[in-house]
Amino acid sequence: MLLIKCPYCEEQREEEEFSPAGQAHIVRPLNPEELSDEQWARYLFFRKNPRGLHHELWLHAHGCRKYFNMTRNTVTYQIMETYKMGQQPSVTASQEVK
Amino acid sequence: MRQVNRIAAKSKHINRSRILSFTFNGKEYQGYEGDTVASALLANGVNVVGRSFKYSRPRGIITADSQEPNAIFQVGSTQATTIPNPRATQTELYQGLVATSTNGWPNVDFDLMSTVGKVGGSMMPPGFYYKTFMYPQSLWMSYEHLIRKGAGLGTSPTQADPDSYDKIHHHCDVMIVGAGPAGLAAALAAADTGARVIISDEQNEFGGHLLCSTQQIDGQLPNLWVEKIVEKLSNMDNVLLLPRSTVFGYYDHNLLGINERCTDHLGEHKSKTIRQRMHKVRAKQVILATGAHERPLVYGNNDVPGCMLANAVSTYINRYEVVPGNELVLMTTNDNAYKTAIDWHQAGRQVIAIVDTRATSNGELVKQAKQLDIDIIFGHGVINVKGSKRVKGVDIAPINVNNHCLTGSAKHFSCDTVASSGGWSPVIHLSSHTGSRPVWKDDIAGFVPGETVQAQHICGGLEGVYSLSKVINDGFSTGAKAAQAADKGEGRYEGSQPHIVDPQEDASMALFHIPHSKRTSRAPKQFVDYQNDVTAAGIELANREGFESIEHVKRYTALGFGTDQGKLGNINGMAITAKSLGKTIPETGTTIFRPMYTPTTFGALAGSDVKHLFDPVRFSAMHKWHLDNSAEFEDVGQWKRPWYFPQAGETMQQSLERECLATRNSVGILDASTLGKIDIQGKDAREFLNRVYTNPWSKLAVGKCRYGVMCKEDGMVFDDGVTACLDENRFIMTTTTGGAAGVLQWLELWHQTEWPELEVYFSTVTDHWSTMTISGPNSRKVLEKICDIDVSNDNFKYMDWIEANVAGVKARIFRISFTGELSFEINVQANYGMHTWQAVMAAGKEFNITPYGTETMHILRAEKGFIIVGQDTDGSVTPQDLDMDWVVGKKKEFSFIGKRSWTRYDNKRDDRKQMVGLKPKDPKFVLPEGAQIVFEPNQSIPMTMVGHVTSSYYSACMGYSFALAVVKGGINRKGQSVFLPLSDGTTVEAEICSPVFYDPKGDRQNV
Ligand SMILES: [Zn+2]
Repeated sequence: MLLIKCPYCEEQREEEEFSPAGQAHIVRPLNPEELSDEQWARYLFFRKNPRGLHHELWLHAHGCRKYFNMTRNTVTYQIMETYKMGQQPSVTASQEVK
Repeated sequence: MRQVNRIAAKSKHINRSRILSFTFNGKEYQGYEGDTVASALLANGVNVVGRSFKYSRPRGIITADSQEPNAIFQVGSTQATTIPNPRATQTELYQGLVATSTNGWPNVDFDLMSTVGKVGGSMMPPGFYYKTFMYPQSLWMSYEHLIRKGAGLGTSPTQADPDSYDKIHHHCDVMIVGAGPAGLAAALAAADTGARVIISDEQNEFGGHLLCSTQQIDGQLPNLWVEKIVEKLSNMDNVLLLPRSTVFGYYDHNLLGINERCTDHLGEHKSKTIRQRMHKVRAKQVILATGAHERPLVYGNNDVPGCMLANAVSTYINRYEVVPGNELVLMTTNDNAYKTAIDWHQAGRQVIAIVDTRATSNGELVKQAKQLDIDIIFGHGVINVKGSKRVKGVDIAPINVNNHCLTGSAKHFSCDTVASSGGWSPVIHLSSHTGSRPVWKDDIAGFVPGETVQAQHICGGLEGVYSLSKVINDGFSTGAKAAQAADKGEGRYEGSQPHIVDPQEDASMALFHIPHSKRTSRAPKQFVDYQNDVTAAGIELANREGFESIEHVKRYTALGFGTDQGKLGNINGMAITAKSLGKTIPETGTTIFRPMYTPTTFGALAGSDVKHLFDPVRFSAMHKWHLDNSAEFEDVGQWKRPWYFPQAGETMQQSLERECLATRNSVGILDASTLGKIDIQGKDAREFLNRVYTNPWSKLAVGKCRYGVMCKEDGMVFDDGVTACLDENRFIMTTTTGGAAGVLQWLELWHQTEWPELEVYFSTVTDHWSTMTISGPNSRKVLEKICDIDVSNDNFKYMDWIEANVAGVKARIFRISFTGELSFEINVQANYGMHTWQAVMAAGKEFNITPYGTETMHILRAEKGFIIVGQDTDGSVTPQDLDMDWVVGKKKEFSFIGKRSWTRYDNKRDDRKQMVGLKPKDPKFVLPEGAQIVFEPNQSIPMTMVGHVTSSYYSACMGYSFALAVVKGGINRKGQSVFLPLSDGTTVEAEICSPVFYDPKGDRQNV
């Protein structure tokens, strides 16, 4: 059971208040009609499943109802940071390698 | 029966003034307050407490703690209060306790299965389950049934649990698990800083190892030190003490689950009190002070009752005042276990010999034993035990540990008890729960917790620190450090240190498995895991068959798969594997433990979230009316919706036919309050609707309604409903009853993550409104009587909405129809719902207005071919599959959600399953929903299935049964026959037709 800091509420709250919503930073193509089936399928279905740092989308479902981003280690379940929509992560897997 | 093994009172743990009677396997015994069931049985000289799982061998009590593999009972006197599989060593005795062996049916002393077992046992080598029961897999269920009946694994209660349970959440600075010397010292040091401290222990008394120790602290018995510390702690406001509280799980981010047994020790079902309480502790810092478990040695026939752990024997003597035998042989690899022989001797019973596997030792305890004239035999091992229901003697032989062989012949000694000690294993279970991999330490021949990402500290025996003075020092400093890490104190313990003299001890020997004159496979059975009857020979066989990783060995032999998770046997099993493979123990892997530390009752996990508190229930404002009018209810999400309204003597089908005919011929009324309603506002609300709905919203005028379909980005329908334009920048969206929360979340997702630049706001207003739908040719006449506005077809057109007063209440009326009849959906503020409903009923009386429920609604809409999302669709259906291309906007500028996916190759196939109507050839036969459809009924099995029935009813209005279905390429197959092979073996025929059965032109809703 994770303890999650909602970047909008700015409080540590129990995981029970939140629901995960998949991979973060997936941008909807602006020109869907111009994409090939394969390009569209990539947006639609292909998701990362990393061992280690992962950027995820979460919803503070039983709280402020805001979606936000979380960088989480999928092995240790450590949460490196949570950040608002539209922001970029300050901790990334490539940084960790260094 | 006399307590033959009870000795003179000396501890404060047993209350001799309170005699408790109990029964075990139907026989009555007596013990004292402070006893466990195990100590009381040993006091009464009960040797056999169960039969082993596979070989059905008689088994006795081995341990005095959570490791116990044999004394696992069924406890409780009634079918409601019976508990399967508690360990007798952890079950406190109470007056009237009823316990039976869980295995050894029909009775432990004469076991029917033992004869079978002797045959079956030899036919059940390791891997037996794996090899035999896997094939054919279909028979596993019957094998398992037989095994369970024969071996017994306890039985579940057959009646409801009468007890109450509770949950509580805590936050603290420092959580300490284990109240032995290390934990108590840590608690005191942490609490002194002012930190909020919780300390829990699974036992009824704090003290841990000190409860059975005779080593002095400050010149007194260790109990006195424990009492002093506990008293200090209980007087501090910042400390919560939890005895009888097992930390069963350590979860991510320092969350601990604790099961406190509040009344289990008092008896069964103490009404009006909480039986068990689950504490969920979120701790800033966790200190694990869980200590160590003694490890038994593995030797021939080491399961004969009377074979015990050395420290367990000391515990029974020093804490419970029970000496579990008369003549002791102690086998040890270390000095520490000499205490057991000394305790036994001082209790006035005979120590036959101490068999020390080491060449020699000059430790202080060894000297003490010598002074007591106890016979010590160095360089030897107990290679075999004689006896069946109780130890009768042992064979002792000189051993060479390095070559795993004997160096001389065996001598026989008579005795009735064999205590063994192979050293100690730190109790690493909790630290493993969070994924930390244990690390092997050669100096203590045991695993200790490895690296962790938790804010976790360890101290005392768990770290492999065993001498008492060091344990207590370690506790003090760890407590202070943990508090400092929680921003309390300076990280140092300033209080006084107790005076302790630790006996000087010589080095222990790392030994696990005692050699025998015969090869292991030919030697008497040497048990490693008692619960699953795993022997040293079995493990070696697994290794020979190529299973080298300990994880594979475990699965092959079932080592560690009992309810004890291999607490007693895992390390020995790994050592035997390592030896037979010529590897070190860490090279064979580590041992991973998972929650629960000990089995936890379902009651504690459920807490009070049972029965009506299990899930919230939602009622509409008219619920009372439905109750008064004998509605049958259906659960839709959390809502209780009227299903149908039976009248006296009616069958359900008769009710439905009456409700349907009344609505089609005059007027019916439905409580539609549960439909989801989302208020959408903002200057970009219209654009937003364009993007999430498949149809266009740009031109919907104020006062108009439109039906819309929502798809996921993969193009599949996921909700539908009517949305009305309330104002230029304001809409009210209705969703399906079950989909309301999901749709709101969906809208928020797109707005917040993809289109934050759109100015639009969503509010759920489902509960704000009561909604009643009057439907049928007389519905306008009813409405006219109580409405202050002209509702004629000229003034109030189909798909319009108006604001009006209904029965004196301000209402929004939507002229929309889900039945195909002239319909008005009246929405009033929820608290006027009952008033308005009653007014409508009164006005409708002359037209025999008939309330109907969800089932009639389903029939009427299906007659019109209107889908129900989630019943007729399943997340793999596009609007085109539903033949609803009319709901797709062709000229919309924005590429709305789902659109692009419809042109994906797979979604363009013309053999996709498509929505059609079905007319069974037998007009009275109602096809079962879910029935599979085939084109060719005479094909061989497995048949090629081409679709299934999604909705199916008998229509009283049309006089025949009908169905909605999805059929491959169905839209172009109208008029063709399909076949439905049913589960009873019959096959029925139906004709594919349009899904719109009733009033296909839609005239009735437009009048
Ligand atoms: Zn929040």
